[in-house]
Amino acid sequence: MKPVGFDHTVPETLDAAIDALGAGGEVKLLGGGQSLGPMLNLRLARPERLVDIGRIDDLRSTAATDEYIEIGAGVTHAEIEDGAVPDPIPGMLPYVASGIAYRAVRNRGTLGGSLCHADPAADWISVMTALDARIVTAASDGGREIDMFTFVPGAYRTNLAPGEVVRAVRVPRFSEGAVWGYYKTCRKTGEFASAIGVFVADPAKAYCRVVFGAAAGRPLVSPTLARSIAETGRAPDLAALERELEALEPALSEVKARQLAVALRRAVSGAIG
Amino acid sequence: MLTGRHWANVNTGIGARIQRKEDRRLLNGQARFVGDLRFPRQWEAAFVRSPVAHGRIVRIVKPEMPPNRVFTSDDLSDVLPIRAESSLPTYKVSDQNPLAKDKVRFVGECIAICIAPTRAEAEDIAESVGVEIEPLPPLVDARAAMEAGAASVHESWGDNLFLTTEFDGDIETARAAAAIVVKREYDTARQCMVPMEGKGTLAMWDERSDQIVVYTSTQVPHLIRTGIAQCLQMDQGRVRVIAPEVGGGFGYKCVLQPEEITVSWAAKATGRPIRWTEDRREHLVAGANTRQHHYRVTAYADANGRILGLDAEIIVDVGAYSVWPFTACLEAAQAGGNLPGPYALDAYRCKTYSVATNKPPFTPYRGVARPGVCFAMELTIDAIARAAGREPSAVRKDNLVAADQMPYTNVTGKFYDSGDYRQGVIEAEEAIDLHGFRPRQRAAAAEGRFLGIGFSCFTEQSAHGTKVFSAWGLPLVPGYEQAMVKITPSGSVEVRSGNHSFGQGLETTLAQVASEWLTIDTDSISVTMGDTGVTPYSTGAYASRGMVMAGGAVSKAAEVLAKRVKIHAAHLLQCQPEDVHLDGGRAVHRGGSVSFAEIARAWYLRPDQLPDDVDTAGLEVTEGYRPDIDTGVFTYATHSAIVEVDVETGLVKIEDYAIFEDCGRRVNPMVLEGQAYGGAAQGIGTALFEEVLYDRNGQPMTSTLADYILPGPTELPTFQLRHKETLSPYTRHGIKGIGEGAAIAPGGAIVNAINDALRLLGAELTEIPATPEKVLAAVIAAERTSGTKE
Repeated sequence: MKPVGFDHTVPETLDAAIDALGAGGEVKLLGGGQSLGPMLNLRLARPERLVDIGRIDDLRSTAATDEYIEIGAGVTHAEIEDGAVPDPIPGMLPYVASGIAYRAVRNRGTLGGSLCHADPAADWISVMTALDARIVTAASDGGREIDMFTFVPGAYRTNLAPGEVVRAVRVPRFSEGAVWGYYKTCRKTGEFASAIGVFVADPAKAYCRVVFGAAAGRPLVSPTLARSIAETGRAPDLAALERELEALEPALSEVKARQLAVALRRAVSGAIG
Repeated sequence: MLTGRHWANVNTGIGARIQRKEDRRLLNGQARFVGDLRFPRQWEAAFVRSPVAHGRIVRIVKPEMPPNRVFTSDDLSDVLPIRAESSLPTYKVSDQNPLAKDKVRFVGECIAICIAPTRAEAEDIAESVGVEIEPLPPLVDARAAMEAGAASVHESWGDNLFLTTEFDGDIETARAAAAIVVKREYDTARQCMVPMEGKGTLAMWDERSDQIVVYTSTQVPHLIRTGIAQCLQMDQGRVRVIAPEVGGGFGYKCVLQPEEITVSWAAKATGRPIRWTEDRREHLVAGANTRQHHYRVTAYADANGRILGLDAEIIVDVGAYSVWPFTACLEAAQAGGNLPGPYALDAYRCKTYSVATNKPPFTPYRGVARPGVCFAMELTIDAIARAAGREPSAVRKDNLVAADQMPYTNVTGKFYDSGDYRQGVIEAEEAIDLHGFRPRQRAAAAEGRFLGIGFSCFTEQSAHGTKVFSAWGLPLVPGYEQAMVKITPSGSVEVRSGNHSFGQGLETTLAQVASEWLTIDTDSISVTMGDTGVTPYSTGAYASRGMVMAGGAVSKAAEVLAKRVKIHAAHLLQCQPEDVHLDGGRAVHRGGSVSFAEIARAWYLRPDQLPDDVDTAGLEVTEGYRPDIDTGVFTYATHSAIVEVDVETGLVKIEDYAIFEDCGRRVNPMVLEGQAYGGAAQGIGTALFEEVLYDRNGQPMTSTLADYILPGPTELPTFQLRHKETLSPYTRHGIKGIGEGAAIAPGGAIVNAINDALRLLGAELTEIPATPEKVLAAVIAAERTSGTKE
């Protein structure tokens, strides 16, 4: 389990990183290395060059406006857990971050790295989908903003263009009365989830979204369930959740559908009692 | 019979709760494992391994450059295959070439060895080797492999059966009389043993001793020496095996591995020190070699749950080859013999099938067969108890061999030497508070929470002797054990044993045994193990034999040495040897005494102080030992668990876990507790987490620790331990083996507890690991057919 030989460059600026990405050959960005490291060692990833973006200040900064909080892609899970990032929705991001793997992983793993890896069972892709966050990229032609549905077209895939780097994640600011629930089922502390349920509601903004995570592919979003919860103020029962999952993703096994339904039900119940 | 003696000034003898001698270096990161060794001109090895489960090798193309870096079975033409013979009728021999020849039979089988200055470069070379394999139909399921028309793992056999055994008792009377009939099928998953240190081997030719010196991470250095000498067709005098620090073995390191032979050959052929260090992925793929059983059990009982007869069929998925020396059949032979466990039943019938498949070769893992048979038997007992409407632990007590029946020869001929099995259940009931649990369970149920309690009993045959091993038909049979004990010129003590410690604390406990006789503190006793160059022959550390056998040998040698010390001391003290006693590392006679240092100085350096007719045998003793019986001595235990099952997620939380065990004399209670914690942790892995999965082509799907889930500290309960010391009448100091025990029972205790919790829903699990997915599947199935129960 030793990686194939590769070149290693450590740019100091985002522009230098973008240049390095475009310099030819297969290039991979190295963030915290918590997923890429094992993939290199298993020789599943075999880049000619690693561009280590750990020293770029631009990627480690956060900004706040009245509309959103912008979190640098290189901010670690541990920093979010510790409250080093302004809070767009009270307590949710630190809570989610504190449940990612182990502290040792959180100390190195980054928000941007996790989103770009797009593992369906990871926390942030489901949570950022539920929060309607947008991905802010940088590229030689300037960059763009991407919504989560476009950004993650499927498991382990993003729609980043060649030479494009995730610079930050823009999370809308929610009202004070917003509520959220997050529940994940893991076989073992620190392992990836077998089911994730996320619920976010902001009545003042008429916003309600439910997300099933750790399903087969990208996060599953159910406007039907969101509407029903917003109208009734109650968590749907398991049978209703399983029916909706059947409609969203017919290929799910009965057991998987139960796990997802339970996770979502517990997320909703946790938020609205 | 000998029993322990305790001395006024020394508290490091048998029974002392002292810290382990080896822990200073282990805990400070100063231990040296194979992976830490570095010799001049040393290169590293990587193996090309089969990417398919079953196929015919068409050709292997070595890269043109660099030359002499890749070796295949053609290069190893003078190397004999690993061949484990057995005298059991119907047994079929398999030849395993250290590097595959003609055919590959499992994913991960070694095809070529590649050497380079670093492991990364060796892996680069391994990738550049062209291997063309014509695929053959893979045998992934043992039952499918038994069907007529199935492909052949070994073409010359005609079928895929390594061995069938039959214990053909009369169960017709039991069947006719039975008020309760319980029929079940059980499955236990294939597992890896996952020692913290993987396998590793470093070999080099030593010109001065004219020997191949092999450092290898093994439990059985002397056996590996024999095995390498056989396969490389060398005289054993030309082979020295050294097991340095070994970071866990559990059985994985008690067999001759093909890599040990290939690395030794490569070192001999190239003249360089060559090292191979197993990585975790190699282990999880090529080391997926244990635990997989399938049971069909029918139990007949009277209305109270007293078992009248047991009818069983056991299928063991033993993989592609027969390991040396324990063969592919030890597992099934033990399973058939041990299924009745500690229960006194009279009618028993059992057929076992050891089936060849395209998986790694089956290797005995801590508990050997008993985690499977204990799981099957203990779930059966609970099913009987439910049918009888009785408390399962009460049904256990009724069926266990009673103390006044000891010694007891059971239905399969096992000779249970001593103990009070029923008392064990009572102790476990008290520890787990069965009495208080049932009301608590009912109250929880009223709140929609599902609590359950489970028990699991077993006997563990330890230190099996000659008769037992020869009955299993093995190619070599352990009998005696030898040890050397000597007093050094400075008065300290050296112990040498050919057994080995891979974490079980033998370095400390053997010193304690020597301390018991010599009365010297264990700080002044050094223990050398693992090096065939300097220790007496021993078949090694397995089958919970170390403390009984090596401990017995050290005891005997130390006893003889103590006598000699007294004789020498008597010269110096001017008295009779029988008037001398040892105390605190001194020989004492009335008011006078001499230290070991003074005695040793007289013997080694100043013989003029001793009379001319002094016994020239001196202060170094090698003695051999065998227990008074060689059918093994039986430890027994009861485990009990309380779990809470989240019936919506399928997650199981262990709320409480109590272990009662009786292993005779405890040499060091703290070491024993460590064994119990570690074994039970592994058993919880078996019960809830660990499972090697294959796709239909025989590709392993659990090749990293993200997929093969092991329990971690947060998944483990705080264990309660209770001990009883029923001394074996047949061993020195009354010691029985305990190394494997605690890994045996958790599957039964935990799944019985889960089933107790799920009973209200009418759901029942019959396989391990009880993953959340399996628990949920059982709950969903019960929802569908709710109302129907057994």
